[in-house]
Amino acid sequence: MDIDVKKVAMLSRIRLTDDEAAELGPQLASIIGYIEQLSEVDTDGVEPTAHPHDAAMPLRANVVSNSNRRDALQASSPKLESGLYVVPKVIE
Amino acid sequence: MSWETVIGLEVHCQINTDTKAFCGCSTAFGSEPNTQTCPVCLGMPGQLPVLNTLAVDKSILTGLAINADINLESKFDRKNYFYPDLPKGYQITQFTVPIVEGGHIDIVSKEGVKKRLGVTRIHMEEDAGKSMHEGLDAVSHIDLNRSGIPLMEIVSEPDMRSADEAIAYLKQLHQIIRFLGVSGADMEKGQFRCDANVSVRRTGEPFGTRTEMKNMNSFRFIKQAIEFEVVRQIEIIEDGGKIVQESRLWDSVKNESRSMRSKEEAHDYRYFPEPDLPPLRVSQAHVDAIKDSMPELPGQLRQRFETDFNLSAYDADVLTQTRATAEWYETLVAAHPADPKRCANWMANELLGRLKEAGKNLASSPVSALRLAALLDRIADNTINGKSAKDILDDMMVSDDSADAIIESKGLKQVSDSGAIDAIIQAVMAANPNQVEGYRGGKDKLMGFFVGQVMKASRGKANPAMVNQRLKALLNG
Repeated sequence: MDIDVKKVAMLSRIRLTDDEAAELGPQLASIIGYIEQLSEVDTDGVEPTAHPHDAAMPLRANVVSNSNRRDALQASSPKLESGLYVVPKVIE
Repeated sequence: MSWETVIGLEVHCQINTDTKAFCGCSTAFGSEPNTQTCPVCLGMPGQLPVLNTLAVDKSILTGLAINADINLESKFDRKNYFYPDLPKGYQITQFTVPIVEGGHIDIVSKEGVKKRLGVTRIHMEEDAGKSMHEGLDAVSHIDLNRSGIPLMEIVSEPDMRSADEAIAYLKQLHQIIRFLGVSGADMEKGQFRCDANVSVRRTGEPFGTRTEMKNMNSFRFIKQAIEFEVVRQIEIIEDGGKIVQESRLWDSVKNESRSMRSKEEAHDYRYFPEPDLPPLRVSQAHVDAIKDSMPELPGQLRQRFETDFNLSAYDADVLTQTRATAEWYETLVAAHPADPKRCANWMANELLGRLKEAGKNLASSPVSALRLAALLDRIADNTINGKSAKDILDDMMVSDDSADAIIESKGLKQVSDSGAIDAIIQAVMAANPNQVEGYRGGKDKLMGFFVGQVMKASRGKANPAMVNQRLKALLNG
């Protein structure tokens, strides 16, 4: 299995050197190869499912239950200004 | 061969719940930044989403209103992409099995032609946060209060053939959503936003390559953007070029669109089933109960107004723009049942015009339906004429006095006594001998002059029908 490691890394916003990419390629391929065993299972007559549990989704009432905890929630943010998260510019 | 435009529309509409799609945070608009967030909508590790029941019910109601099928089992998926206003790194959406499929919106063109436009699907998803770039150097600011607010994405079939049809579809959809009360649909607040997929083809040929105009929140801009895009595409093809499938942004200042290619290139959403949410199941009984609660829809209301009140299609349309407008009109008709057409004229032309001038609307109208009805009663029983009634309405806009009180205090009671009117006419004729001679010599148009003079001399109080009748009699006599 041939994997475009650089593309996968870019999609995940992970910076890789060429050496790292060369090393990770076979490792990822072997993981996928392991999972590919699933395709050998005979699933004829089995209904497709999107979830392992046959449970219906529990729902939440439309009632506000959270109060303002901004200070605590932002405590780990590297950069803030007037309550806003500051990030590197995202448009040209 | 001529060109044909093909348009499909995707509308993102905020569902007006009190809490977000998957957590208990408030959705109130305009709060201090990042004060309505929690570990779930901030995408912190170990948190689990739980879907808001009202978001489900409102999506079902919307589906039923456009005659769509409701999927009793639907699913959620992850749409993966990196952007700082999407803290989880993925959006929870319904990619494979949406809650609503099919359905349609009926429009009437300016020329009065009816057309049925298909809806492909409505799926539930969550909104992203808000990024701010303006006035900032090298950084962006992020407010995540909007992160996780429930959205419906309403996807149309590529059934529209002009910008006008696209706008008619959007306006009709917007009105249905407002009537259902499933969204505030305030376009300025971004509660109703549109992406337009546009392509052109020679008539009869397969679909051309499309481009997507992203994230527009004004009917005017959407129309301009589509029209611009159609011209751009035709020019490229006629010059021997090819359309590149891409996303474009409308610049409403420069009146042109530009490519968002650089950003879009990286997009590879890698959808997969959302492992944190089992399938959503609703019972047919629940769907039926929602169907039973369905309010009257704009189309039904228009039809009823045309039939029950004998209104023109135009008047029925104006008076059903919002549910509140329709209810105001029905209150007015209930209080002045003799003449629904007069009610329509006075409400649509006189009152709404004055309200607009005063920067007000029906909700803040100083004149209630009952006060207006009392004024119309005085026109109906010939106490006042239409001209005086307009002056009285002006007064009512700025005072609490009833129509009767104003008629009394200003002495506006209409003069319908033929003796009194004859006296005024004779005085006007005596003062304008040349015009009398002219009229008698065949200048029929001078009738208007005499009517004006007599009405003026009566200070607007003369019964206009009688003035016409007596003038003819005396001038020809």
